[in-house]
Amino acid sequence: MIQIERLYKKFGKNQVLRGLDLHIDKGGIFAILGPNGSGKTTLIKAILGMVVPNKGVISVLGKPIKNKWRYRQEIEYLPQIANFPGNLKVKEIIRMIKDLRQEPSDEERLISLFSLEPFLDKKLSTLSGGTKQKVNIVLTLMFDNPLIILDEPTTGLDPLALIHLKQLIREEKEKGKTILVTSHIMRFVEEVADEIVYLLEGEIYFKGSIPDLKTKTGQSDFEHAIAAIAITTTDA
Amino acid sequence: MLKILKYSFYDLMRSRWSYVYFLFYLALGFVLLFLNQDLSKAVITLMNVIIVLVPLIGTIFGVMYYYNSKEFTELLLAQPIRRSSIFLGQYFGVAGSLTLSLVLGLGVPFALYGLFKSDAIWNFSLLLITGAFLTLIFTALAFNIAISNENKIKGFGYAVLMWLFLAVVYDGLFLMSLIVFEAYPLDSFSLIATMFNPIDLSRTLILLKLDISALLGYTGAIFKQFFGTNTGLVISLLMLLLWTVIPIWRLSYKAKRKDF
Repeated sequence: MIQIERLYKKFGKNQVLRGLDLHIDKGGIFAILGPNGSGKTTLIKAILGMVVPNKGVISVLGKPIKNKWRYRQEIEYLPQIANFPGNLKVKEIIRMIKDLRQEPSDEERLISLFSLEPFLDKKLSTLSGGTKQKVNIVLTLMFDNPLIILDEPTTGLDPLALIHLKQLIREEKEKGKTILVTSHIMRFVEEVADEIVYLLEGEIYFKGSIPDLKTKTGQSDFEHAIAAIAITTTDA
Repeated sequence: MLKILKYSFYDLMRSRWSYVYFLFYLALGFVLLFLNQDLSKAVITLMNVIIVLVPLIGTIFGVMYYYNSKEFTELLLAQPIRRSSIFLGQYFGVAGSLTLSLVLGLGVPFALYGLFKSDAIWNFSLLLITGAFLTLIFTALAFNIAISNENKIKGFGYAVLMWLFLAVVYDGLFLMSLIVFEAYPLDSFSLIATMFNPIDLSRTLILLKLDISALLGYTGAIFKQFFGTNTGLVISLLMLLLWTVIPIWRLSYKAKRKDF
């Protein structure tokens, strides 16, 4: 699904990605974890072509993506902070994205799932953080594409919406889709993720299942296992 | 690109500023005609306003729109759209709506006054064409400055400085160099120096079309020889086109290589 070879990216003097290699197979939920500033968002943006790498090759669905844009038709991306043009209404932004992507969508189901009907005629700048995030989720998941990338999808969601989100992610997985998720909420990751990719200082430190990680660190609790990585690496 | 253009254009059409700009020109047109009672004279006064104001508005709107649509841009970047289409679409949306405000705002009063039956129609058309060019040029320059500067304050500052330089400082330097090098033949120098500033170029072009070059003395005669002919007109319009195309090309070049 995604092949990344020797990926380097530098912002000014800050070397964010240092020769990162990553292969993600088709199907399943992959959680990309790592401390703040470890390069998670940069990695995701590089896959989407929003960040241009200094060196290295990224292939999505078997084709290198350099200077390409059509492959984004196959990706649904949920950005980290829902930065929307504030003067648009919720209804208008949904219509606009549909118009731009020109593919079948089922926004009605998601709108009623997250009870967004009362907000459809409101401007995006007047919405609360959590509601914006729900709109964000609707905009991302209303299409039907093989690759889904979710950057901090849980931000600001209430417990009910969180349950719906997990349900949605599981449904998408059952359709055989590949889903990349980043999150700092370990309970959420433990519940949904099939495989963990742990980034540290711009490289892959660990890739494997949650039980593997627990054995490797000698911890029985997932949250402690992740913390154990962070502690051993700061000691070293 | 057309879709992005459509959304940017609608977005601007809904904002108050496009109307303010349109109404300003509408009012200006009516007031000038009312005070002058003469189409040709109104065209001259109008030229003085357009030559300074159009670049300023183009610059400020361009920079403001670029920074204000940052969120919109980020949303679009994750969609299956070519990068250059996103930025060129936004650019043409801004430049297009500004040009429309200018052409309609000035066109309506002049048309009502009986422009189509008068001889001033060619001068007036030339005025609108150069006005449109100046909008396209300065919006493009403003987008270039904005895309190269993450920091809004800096971007805004550079853009205003650029306008100030081309609208005011350039002329000062030009005049000073003419005085300092008085003893040398300066015909080609001044012609070339005029070409390198779109504002000067537009002004000279219109002034000489209006047949008041006698006021300019010897240099005026040289200029008349050049700009007054069809070749001069074509070359000047070509220069304005170059001034438009080069910044647009750089904008799409920069857009392809930027990180978001």
